[in-house]
Formats: sequence, structure tokens, C-alpha cells
Amino acid sequence: MIIGSNAAENHPISFKWVNEAREKRGAKLINVDPRFTRTSATADLYARLRSGTDIAFIGGMINYALQNGRIQWDYVRDYTNAAFLVDPSFKGPVNLDGVFSGLNGGKYNKSTWAYQLDEDGNPKKDPSLNDPNCVFQLLKRHYARYTIEKVCSMTGGDPEVYNQVYDLYTSTCKPEKSATIMYAMGSTQHTYGSQNVRIYAVLQLLLGNIGVAGGGINALRGESNVQGSTDHAALFHILPGYLKTPKASLQTYAEYLEANTPKSNDKMSANWWGNYPKYAASLLKAFWRDVDLEEAYRYMPKIDDGVNYSTIPIIEQMARGNIQGLFCWGQNPAVGCPSARLVRRALAKLDWLVAVDLWETETASFWQKDAGVDPSDIKTEVFLLPAAASMEKEGSISNSGRWAQWRYKAVDPPGQARDDLAIMTELVYRLKDLYKAGGAFPKPILNLTWDYGKKGLDGSFHHPSVHEVAKEINGFFLKDTEVKGKLYKAGQMVPSFAYLKEDGSTCSGNWLYCNSISDTENKLMRRSTSDPTGLGFYHNWSWCWPVNRRIIYNRASVDKKGRPWAKDKPVIWWDALTKKWKGDVPDGGWAPGTKYPFIMLPHGHARLFAPGLADGPFPEHYEPLESQIKNFMSSQQVSPVIMRWDKEIQKGVCDPMLAEGCCACTYGSPDAEKFPIICTTYRITEHWQAGQMTRWLPWLAELVPNMFVEMSEELAKEKGVKSGDKVKVTSIRNLEGIEVYAMVTKRFKPFQINGKIHHQAGMLWHFGYKGRATGSIANDLTPFVGDANTMIPEYKAFLVDINKVRG
Amino acid sequence: MAEYIKLIDITKCTGCRACQVACKQWNGLPAENTTFTGSYQNPPDLSYNTWTLIRFDEIDVEGNIKWLMRHDACMHCEDPACVKVCPSPGALVKTPEGAVVHNPKYCIGCKACMIACPFNVPRYSPEKDEIAKCTLCYDRITDGKRPACVTACPTGCLDFGPKDKMIKKARARAEEVGGYIYPNNPKYETHVLYVLPKGVDMKAYSHLNPDPKMPATVLWWKNLFKPFTLLGMGGVAGLAALHYLIKGPHEVEEKPSKGGDADGE
Repeated sequence: MIIGSNAAENHPISFKWVNEAREKRGAKLINVDPRFTRTSATADLYARLRSGTDIAFIGGMINYALQNGRIQWDYVRDYTNAAFLVDPSFKGPVNLDGVFSGLNGGKYNKSTWAYQLDEDGNPKKDPSLNDPNCVFQLLKRHYARYTIEKVCSMTGGDPEVYNQVYDLYTSTCKPEKSATIMYAMGSTQHTYGSQNVRIYAVLQLLLGNIGVAGGGINALRGESNVQGSTDHAALFHILPGYLKTPKASLQTYAEYLEANTPKSNDKMSANWWGNYPKYAASLLKAFWRDVDLEEAYRYMPKIDDGVNYSTIPIIEQMARGNIQGLFCWGQNPAVGCPSARLVRRALAKLDWLVAVDLWETETASFWQKDAGVDPSDIKTEVFLLPAAASMEKEGSISNSGRWAQWRYKAVDPPGQARDDLAIMTELVYRLKDLYKAGGAFPKPILNLTWDYGKKGLDGSFHHPSVHEVAKEINGFFLKDTEVKGKLYKAGQMVPSFAYLKEDGSTCSGNWLYCNSISDTENKLMRRSTSDPTGLGFYHNWSWCWPVNRRIIYNRASVDKKGRPWAKDKPVIWWDALTKKWKGDVPDGGWAPGTKYPFIMLPHGHARLFAPGLADGPFPEHYEPLESQIKNFMSSQQVSPVIMRWDKEIQKGVCDPMLAEGCCACTYGSPDAEKFPIICTTYRITEHWQAGQMTRWLPWLAELVPNMFVEMSEELAKEKGVKSGDKVKVTSIRNLEGIEVYAMVTKRFKPFQINGKIHHQAGMLWHFGYKGRATGSIANDLTPFVGDANTMIPEYKAFLVDINKVRG
Repeated sequence: MAEYIKLIDITKCTGCRACQVACKQWNGLPAENTTFTGSYQNPPDLSYNTWTLIRFDEIDVEGNIKWLMRHDACMHCEDPACVKVCPSPGALVKTPEGAVVHNPKYCIGCKACMIACPFNVPRYSPEKDEIAKCTLCYDRITDGKRPACVTACPTGCLDFGPKDKMIKKARARAEEVGGYIYPNNPKYETHVLYVLPKGVDMKAYSHLNPDPKMPATVLWWKNLFKPFTLLGMGGVAGLAALHYLIKGPHEVEEKPSKGGDADGE
């Protein structure tokens, strides 16, 4: 099932495998999307839904599965937290009209979102799943409200089609059957985007589709190396290997470890994150090899508790003039961020901006006439550093299957363009030189271990070796160490993360990648196409974290005796003779039935009930922040815990943004008749992201030369618009609007919601004012609001109006 | 020399247009200065500089939308009408591999091939006074490589191989999906085959000739006039006669337009 993704267009290579599954295994393809896309065109079943109603759609499917017994019972009982008993004082939307217990001042106090514990501190369980307070019963009551009639009244879908989809998809509850979900930004870019993905997880767990061959939830990443950049922590709240960014309240290393190392008293629980101190120590040693761990932890930047440092709040702070300088590394926020007009105004508040990119992006040129501003008004000093493209440098990328693959350099970068590592290395050495002359807190920079690209005697820099970086990411012993009778010399590669030490005697830049490089081999370079099992593991093609395991949680693919659920496509199986696992690298070598399969969770069971989220342990339908449709599930119209800037306006603290003439922080209210059209944004196969890499290329500019909005024939008729007309699209944040071409198409259809017609339209967000192909910036209309957990912006559902440009 | 076939399995096409770009890249064809057409189809038609084009059609089938995508390029006829009518030796050649290849060096820009072609493929450049079209990547297939479009195709829609193998594959696939092979006229063979899906009339595909055959005028021209022109007339007289012939059949052969496939409505 492809939902929230247009894989055929935006992940075309994935379709090679989709087609292969259909051809070789008779797989069926379901596509769920507001618009009929190139993915829909190839699907066996296509179901429509209004933008932002994924939880209603999947909630209905979960209800269908529960009502019709489409559940893999053994899996659900033994491997998920279905049997866990929850605190009886926990209440959910069933009782509290759309919200969960503990809501206070726009935040949840989650004290009631807890399990009942036994005397050892482990969750109490009812394997019969009948206790009214067990997760399974709570789940059942929660989703019983998602009847097909109600679901379709929210999504605008056809009940007959939905029943077909529900029937087909939930038929994979049989142990030998599996189904997978491919999703992308259509799922995540909502104020409840995390919950959209969560509800896929709940569905997949009920059907026993996690950890098995052909199962899982596949995040189709927006860039080829998003997985790698996340693994290596290009986000504010994590460090490499998904360790936690230190908080200001955790002043000592011991406090930091205590706060982030989960504990379990259940011997059956592997509680893998119990190893946290080993990974944290090895990372600190990779950063600062010559200082002790306490000192290294002191060097770590710490974030204020409860403060969000993701893109939207950073832009807000920039707009307020609280940020002096910005490095924009391969990123184009002037086009790609929500309320992009505000972004461009915020950039003008900087003292300096460094853009590192292949072309001069809209961000790098926000001060030019092309951007519609007077350059003499802009005081920001802008530097553009030309970067090398992927073919012009060596290194690795990690795909969404976690395969880390080595890539070789094909050609030299043109002109003065340099690869990122070289740019970063020179920056490090120059900063070290500057800090030698003094400055605030110089030690973290001066003591930073940077073994790459030493400065030559003549002052020039040697090109840093990316192989040395790869070795440090894997990690090595810092002193001679004996493990299990074998001596490892200082400098030797650590064979796997099981060997990492919490005393600082090993370093590893990312524990997940430990095992990728040995003393003799860079496993990322492996290119064997042999696949003995025929299941597509390809264990000797590149390398996969962790420890070359191709399917994580694969202990869930077997029963408690180690026998695969699916005999014809086993992932692992227990060989009683050798007392060893066969097949894929197992998720821990313990004998079957001795450890719970979900080893990364403290209790070892996958979470149908997930108390860690900010907006509720069960996904619940809310409307997008901008919606004219009343929430049919409850009187709670939108997620109660999202960060809203319109409230800031009411409090009178949002003036700096407004004073700039930008109303980024206003949102359309449900009764606003001025903006009656639901709008979404998306990409197409011909262009890439904010367009900086494709709009300059003649062959791609030729394919899609202009910005356009897609609309139904019915809406076009109402508005008197013909295909090819110029139209103006406006939102409450941009009353002047943006001018684009209209593409009138059968692929959009109006939605019938509660007897009323609601139109939906969609725009590309690839365009900007630089390049061979230029066009209006879609994000000049999008709302300045994000998901309650991740702050990913709500690009996929907002309100606009569309009118023909006269004359 | 083995004969080859390019197989286009429409049931696997996602309209990504990798083939369209790969064609330009391998053949060094410049981008056109396009503008919005109202459709994803762009450039709007095959041209002197666009030899491969994905054509998009939106149709209603019993209230359900279907979005058709079709890889359109030279069909590389077994008995090519264009070669038959071409008055200039060497300008259009049928190779043993099955490719029909044009050679700008000998093309005199008479456009006879454009009129003769049952698939409306060759395109003329007034600046260069010559035609151009897909060559089945003759310069690749004679070097053991597959055509650029086939190499670029990510979904398995395009395949290329020995004639017998491809015909077998096409039949098996058509049977598997309940579709049909195009063209399926034993009297008119091509070195490009389509597998079209079930439930869609081939007439729904814009610019797809439902009944490709050798135009009668071509036979007439070939059997009566062409040998005569080449032997005796030549030069100005030959071209004048050719122009006369072109003028007539053009109007006869032209099919009524579907009202613009590039129109998204």
C-alpha cells in the first residue's frame, strides 16, 4: 500500500521492486491519495481521501480488522504490548471528547499514560486480552468509533472502494502473508504527521507485518541520503546513532547517562538501550580524544529544556533578529520552508549568510532584484561557496533500507567547487587558529580531534581522506584491549558495537555503523549480487546497519520456538542441531523464546499504545489547522498540543514578524469563506526538492518549464478557468497571492463531505526565481505551523483561493 | 547478425520520462524552449530534437479515471515505408539488426518519409533542411549495448533483445495481464512492440495508429515512379515530381486530430 507517497513519480527506482513483487509474487498494489497520480495509474486499487484524513482512513481499517478478526493473534499477544495493563485513570478520546487525560495548557501531563506495574517494576499483563484496561481493549474501544460511514464522511471517499481496500489489506493477517506500507511526506507533513506514521505501525502490528519478509513500514526519504543524515544527526535533538542531545538541566555526564539509559527488570527484555553509556562514551571520544569523558561532556552544546530548535522556530528567531549568522548547506529555505516570504525577510535580519551549494540558490540570492527586493536595503553579507556534486566526490550514502553504500568520484568538481568535507576541514582549522587568539569557551574547538586534511607547511590544506572519516565512524580501540581472549591493539577497528566500552577506551563516531569497516575491508564497498535465499537480502552488497542485519526486529518473524511464520519466505530460523540462527543476521543470537523480539524498547514489546508521543498514545483524527470541515470525531477541532503562532499574536508578542508586513503566523479559520479550497503541495519526478538541482538543467527544465496548480474540471468550471490560463492563488498569509498556470485535470475530483462539495487543488513546490525554469514559490502560501512531535511543517493541507488572472 | 526488438510493456510504465531524457543525452539533442502545455506531456510533440516522447492521455472508463502514458518513438518497421519512399540513397537505411536509421549526410529534406510513415514519426528541421528520428540507438546496439531509453527505464517497462525472445516475452506478458500486443498485424511487422493493458481501447492512446499498414501511395510511388526517378530523372525534375506526390497523399493520409492530446481537459 502506497499512502502519503507518490512513489512512481518521486521514487521511480522503487517501482522496479514494486513491479517485481507484482510479477513474481502476484502482489497487489493499493494507492491512497487525494489526487490520481502516476502511482495511482499503475495501482490495482485506488482509494481517494481528502488531504489530512489519513488517520480516519487507517482508523477505519483498524476497526475493520478488529471487527472481522483480521488479527495475527499470537503475534499481537506475545510481541506487542496488547496484553499490558494500563493505569485505570488513563482516559482517551472515547471518554474525553477527542483528547487524552492530562491535557493542561496546550500540553499533556502524561502521568496517567502508564502501565500497571508488578512488584518487580514490570508491566502487568493479561494474555487473554480481556481485561478492560489492557491495551488491546483500549485500542478496540478507541477505533470502534471509526465506522466506515463516519470515516467516509470525513475523508470524502467511497465506502465500497474502502471496503475493498480494507478487505484486501487486512487479508495479510495470516501468518504466512505480509504487506508493506510505503509512505513519504504526504504522511508526515501534517500537524499530526507523527501520528499518521504511528497508525501505520499499529495496523502493521495487528496484522503481524513487522520484522517479516515483505512487511514493515517504508519511509521513502525525500533525498537519497536522508537516512544517512539522520543516522549522523543532522537534526537538533539527536547526536549520531540516535543518542540524545544534552539538555541544560543535565549538567554532569552522570546525570546525562542516568536520564537516557532505560532500565528493565525483566530478564526476557534485552533492553538494548541499556548499552547507552558505551555508545555515548565512544562518541565523546571520537569528538575529543585527549580529554576525559566528564570534560568532553562539558564541551557538548546543551539545549534549553522544552525549547524547540527545528527549522520553524529558528526562522522565527531569525525574524526577530536573534540570530547573527547562518550556514545554509545544500538547503534552500527561501523556497522550501513554510511561509517562505517570511524566511526571505528573516534572512535579511542576519549579519552574514553562507550558502554552500551547486548553484546560486534563491536563498543565496534573497538580496537580489530577482527576489523582488531592493539590494541596497539588505545589510546581510552573503557568501556563496560552490560545492561538489555527488559524482564529484567520494563517500557513502545510506538509503532508507539502511544500506550504507560507498560511492566513488567520477569527475573533478568544476572551477573552485569543493566537496563538503574539504570545506568543513578548512573551516575547522581556521576556527582553531582564530580561537588560539582567544574567544569565549575556546577549549571545545581547540581540543576537537580532527585527524583529517592536515595543514601543510606552505599553509595549504591537504585534501582530507574520507576513508579516515569512515574509520572513525566505525570506531577503533584507543588502547590495547583484550576481549574474549583476543588482543586488539590500539588503533585497530572495533569489530562491532558489542565491543564498545563505557570507560572511554574505544571511540566510535556512530555506534550503529560499528562493524562497517574492518582492519582489512570497507564493507560499504561490497558489490556481490549473490542472494542465496532469493529474498533480496544481498548480504554482500554494501553493508546495512546494524551489523549487516537486513530486516530489523527479525525475531518477530518467527514464533516462540524459532519457526518462521511464513514457511516460504523465512527471514531467520533456529537450527536446533547447531543451536544457531540461520538466514539473516538475527536481532541478537539468544535462543528462541528467551528474549522478546523488540529489543530496542525497554519492555521488549512493540507499542500499540505509545506513551512517548506528545499528542497521545493512540492516533486520533484531528482536522488540519486550516480546515473548513468540522471534526466529526469530537469537538476537538485540531490537535490540542501543536505550537501555534496565532496565539502569540493574540498575546501581542508576535509583532516583530507582523511589523515586517508578513502575516505568516495567521491561519484561516473554519468559517473563512474567503479561502474555500483545500490545497496541498508536492513534487513531481522531473524536478528535485526546491529545484536548485534541476531547474538549471535544460533537459529537465524542458520537461516541466513552468509552475502550475492542478485543479478539477468542476472547480475550473466554477471559477471560469481553462487549462493553460494564468491564475492567482492566495492564502490568508499572502493576499497578493502567487501567479501560476492552471492545469485542469480529471485527476482531481471534488470531495463530497456531509452533503457539501469541497474542492481540493495541488501545487508543485519546486519553483523559485533562479534558474533556467523559474516560477512562483508555493511556500509563499503555506502555514507556519508544524507537527506536535517533530515540528515538520504542515505543507500538505491548507486553505487557498484560486482566481483567473484577468486581461 | 541477430534481429532485435524493443519491447514496451505499457502496464509497467509510470511516465517518469527517464527514457525521454536519456534519449536526448545519448543523442546529444538540445532542450527545446518549452512552455506550459496544460499537460505533463512536454515538449508537446516529437520534433527534430525530440526523438522519444511520453504521451499522456486522461480518459474516463465507466466513471473511473485512467491516466495513460505511452513511450512514443520510431517503430522501426520491418518493411519501412520511409525507406521505400526515400529518393536519396543512404539517407534512410534499414539495418540487419532491424533499426531504421537516418543519415543527415544524404538527407535532401524532401519530407517524403514524413508523409509515408504510418506512425507519424520523422520530423523536419527547416534550418537544417533534414529530418531526424529515433535510430534505435544503432550506435549502441551494434556495440553490444541496449538503447539509451531501455537502459534508463527504472520500472522494467522497456526491454530490448533478440526478436524471438522479445516476441515470446510480449505474448507471455499480454496473456498474464489480459492485455494485447500492438501492432498485431502479421502483414506489418515492426521492431518495436507494445504490450497494452486490458480494459483500454487502443484508440484512447493519442497518436497511436490503430491499423498501421504500408500506405497505398507508397506502393504506388515505389513500384511505378521511384525506380524511374532514380535511374533517369534525378535532380530538379525528380524533386519536383516528388513535391507533387507529397502534396496529394499528405491530406489523404492525415488522420483527424483527437483535439489535442496535450490538452489536460
